[in-house]
Amino acid sequence: MTCSEFLKELTDYLDDTMDAQTKAELEDHLQWCHNCYVICNTTKMTIEIYRDSDIYELPDDLRSRLRSAILTKCKGHEHKDQP
Amino acid sequence: MGTIQPRLEGQASDETTLVHAAKAGDISAFEELVRRYDRNVFRIAQHITQNREDAEDVVQDAFLKAYQNLANFQEQSKFYTWLVRIAVNEALMRLRRRRPERMVSLDEDIKTEEDSMPREVADWAPNPEQLYGQGELKEILGKTIQGLPPSFRTVFVLRDVEGLSTEETADALDLSIPAVKSRLLRARLQLRERLSKYFKNRAGGDGKK
Repeated sequence: MTCSEFLKELTDYLDDTMDAQTKAELEDHLQWCHNCYVICNTTKMTIEIYRDSDIYELPDDLRSRLRSAILTKCKGHEHKDQP
Repeated sequence: MGTIQPRLEGQASDETTLVHAAKAGDISAFEELVRRYDRNVFRIAQHITQNREDAEDVVQDAFLKAYQNLANFQEQSKFYTWLVRIAVNEALMRLRRRRPERMVSLDEDIKTEEDSMPREVADWAPNPEQLYGQGELKEILGKTIQGLPPSFRTVFVLRDVEGLSTEETADALDLSIPAVKSRLLRARLQLRERLSKYFKNRAGGDGKK
């Protein structure tokens, strides 16, 4: 397996959505290719950092203001009938 | 090397009951759906529009639109996936309004594979998020994802931040599964590349490929 081939499979590998044989080939490549190992590891860290850091959290005061605005608007509107 | 596990909210069980009650006019059931998903919708909207005021409007309009169109929701997908679809469309509409000079489309497929080819292969510090204070880290992450084309960051946010499956993301964005996978790979690699300059292990980095 070449580095380009490895890269193409990286998303499926990180998401664990691949067959056992391809996974074994990728893991074999990772054993000896330091660059792909680093790329795989740091891509995984990238995903985890974004997932764990809530960069756009909704503050409580804004949340209740939005919720109350939504419900007021909804109460003023009926469901649209199915076509 | 371990794989990434999706973030599951585990709230699907009684969602159907809530949706049915809301369809029958029970506003408190709809309020519960708002409570469940308002944070997610706000996050998605803020990521796409990159503007706080627009994100607030998207949250209100997406829920209102969902409420008004509940009768048309056929329940072939989860309510949340359907809601995300509405929210993404609202957010893209606002982004287009703010940037009329640029075509903003989820179909855009910018440049070639070359833009995602890794150049920086220095390993990162073991706990990179600890290299910065929380505020500074959020700023770095926000600035970095802002640099991605909207079509890439939308797929990344739905898949990797919100934890939607590839199929759900494709459904919400009206894209094919290969298109979602291709954008996701390129988004992940571009973000990795850009974050490397902040997080690389300065003690033991071994330079370029």
